[in-house]
Amino acid sequence: MTVMASMSSQSVPVATVESSRLAAQVSASERKHLIKMLALLAPSVIFTALFFVLPLALFMFRSVDNPEIQTYLPRTAEVMRSWSGKGEPDEAAFAAIAADLNAIRGQPSLGLIGRRLNYAMPGARGLLTKTARRMPIAEGASARDALIAIDPQWAEPALWGVLHQQSGRLTDFYLLTALDLQKSPEGELQRVAPDQRIFVDLYGRTLSVSLTVTALCLLIGFPVAAVMARAGKRAASWMLMLVLVPFWTSLLVRSTAWVILLQNEGLVNKALMALGIINSPLPLVFNRAGVLIAMVHVLLPYAILPIYSVMKGISGNHLRAAASLGASPLRVFRTVYLPLTLPGVAAGGTLVFVLSVGFYVTPALVGGPGDQMIGYFIAYFTNSAVNWGLASALGAFLLIVVAAIYLALGKVVGFNRLRVR
Amino acid sequence: MRSTSSTTLTERLALGGARVFAFAVLAFLVAPIFVVFPLSFTAGQLLVFPLPGWSLQWYREFFTSPLWTGALLNSLFVGIVTTIAATVLGTMAALGLHGARFRLKPFIMALLVTPIAVPVVIIAVSAFYFFAAVNLVGTYIGLILAHIALALPFVVITVSATLQGFDPNLPRAAASLGASPLRTLRTVTLPIIAPGVASGSVFAFVTSFDELVIALFITSPQQRTLPRQIFSGVSENISPTITAAAVVLLMVSVVLMLVMEWLRARSERMRRPGGTDQ
Repeated sequence: MTVMASMSSQSVPVATVESSRLAAQVSASERKHLIKMLALLAPSVIFTALFFVLPLALFMFRSVDNPEIQTYLPRTAEVMRSWSGKGEPDEAAFAAIAADLNAIRGQPSLGLIGRRLNYAMPGARGLLTKTARRMPIAEGASARDALIAIDPQWAEPALWGVLHQQSGRLTDFYLLTALDLQKSPEGELQRVAPDQRIFVDLYGRTLSVSLTVTALCLLIGFPVAAVMARAGKRAASWMLMLVLVPFWTSLLVRSTAWVILLQNEGLVNKALMALGIINSPLPLVFNRAGVLIAMVHVLLPYAILPIYSVMKGISGNHLRAAASLGASPLRVFRTVYLPLTLPGVAAGGTLVFVLSVGFYVTPALVGGPGDQMIGYFIAYFTNSAVNWGLASALGAFLLIVVAAIYLALGKVVGFNRLRVR
Repeated sequence: MRSTSSTTLTERLALGGARVFAFAVLAFLVAPIFVVFPLSFTAGQLLVFPLPGWSLQWYREFFTSPLWTGALLNSLFVGIVTTIAATVLGTMAALGLHGARFRLKPFIMALLVTPIAVPVVIIAVSAFYFFAAVNLVGTYIGLILAHIALALPFVVITVSATLQGFDPNLPRAAASLGASPLRTLRTVTLPIIAPGVASGSVFAFVTSFDELVIALFITSPQQRTLPRQIFSGVSENISPTITAAAVVLLMVSVVLMLVMEWLRARSERMRRPGGTDQ
């Protein structure tokens, strides 16, 4: 500093120029460095945006997207927009749908719009097909009379109510359906008929299976982690290996193994019968018991590993200090050890719960029809029923639950802990 | 004194009980996996114990049936391409994240690791929806792109973790001594982060090689992977060939796990000051 000062006092202008040039050089080189680093980041960011974020966003948008009616029945959609939605619409609406159906008669679009309206009103598809076949209507005749002559359903306000509700560019139909709700023709929210209420039960089942699995994993994982943390170096690394083998084994292989083990002729039933514990094979697979056994097996390492890594860091001195102050072992455990392990327990519990909520493969292989969770129905509505809107609505709810848990517990336990290895 | 001896006794009992329990649980964890082993060598047609005799017939079936060899080759091909791409992209990203300081950095990091947190069935259905629109369903490219998206976060995370112990002065020293950026990367940075890059690539390979759900949605029979082939077998009727296939899948995972643990131990040794073997 003093050297600099004495130098600058001798040649003030030069030093100022020098230092400002230096500053410029530094900031230029820093900018160059930043650009270089951003260039290294760019490919991954673009890739993730293009092949993860974009597909996910498009799929999620599908839960409110409603292009069919505006695309395939444009005149009807136009008329419906200005109509009140009450009672029976006027002649213009009948003329519009007659013209729309005439335009798509015999085309694949007719099937697509029929399927779309069928979601909201079973039987709509048949009605549209039947009506389109009789198009066009005679010149100058009343469209209303012609349509009602083809099928009296056209006189029903409920049908027009559905058309009115569903003709917007966006719809809440799928999100409501995924909550077992629907709008009455008058636009009021109501629950669907009891025999059609499947989704609320589905969420209940998904949550109860996930919570049971999480509780079992924590109850089983905690003592195992504790024993591992107390074991000698050699024993601990062997035990860690035994936890890591299933952790690294494909979930599919493990689920398959459980199907083989738990079936009526399987090893578990054979062994129980040979031991005389049971007389006839227990039903252990393709039911809830099988799902719980296999899911706990698959997810247990996710509970053990974070708890173990926290326990490893707990110094024995705390426990000895508490004991030396006269605390009973139970009290030491309850007031010192357990609180210290909580971050690991919370992290393990979060991981297990979040993973199990999204399970699809294991319940599909090991469970019965009554044990399937949200993931199965997302797949079902994508592959078998081809109802993208409903698949997307279910996916949206699942994603919201997962994101909420991650954010809440990530804040509490720290995101770094939510990693197993 | 009396209380001390009684506490040690209860403590010892509790500890003993916990040990027995832990060993039972560890057996529960590994036993099902190893039950598959002997079954794959059965001489019979059914998956039941006791085995009627030993035979390699199911492995012969696995390695000669075009259905299974095709699936194995598909899995290897997709896995290797995915690994190379994800490792290169992910290592670059981790280096960029490590070297740069800017406001959006936490956001970018979150973006790059989110694919791990999203349930894979949602990723699979989204990929199906998107790839159907751009004609990539039923293509190798589509499957590989989806697998890279899934594997990339693992590489970013593992390499970033290695870089945390990396002294940023080392590449500066190299540069000040006149090394080109490429030479610095090749001779200074990469050798130090190599274990992290290797673990990341192992992670990436396993992610792709074991991946089932995306393959179920976006592949046609031509790109069927080993997990997909096993899945269709299990949902119909389990033949012993499936256990042979499962053992092949299992062996690959276990060998890669051993590689991974070795790499982890190595990098931990290197990070320790004056790091020597213990």
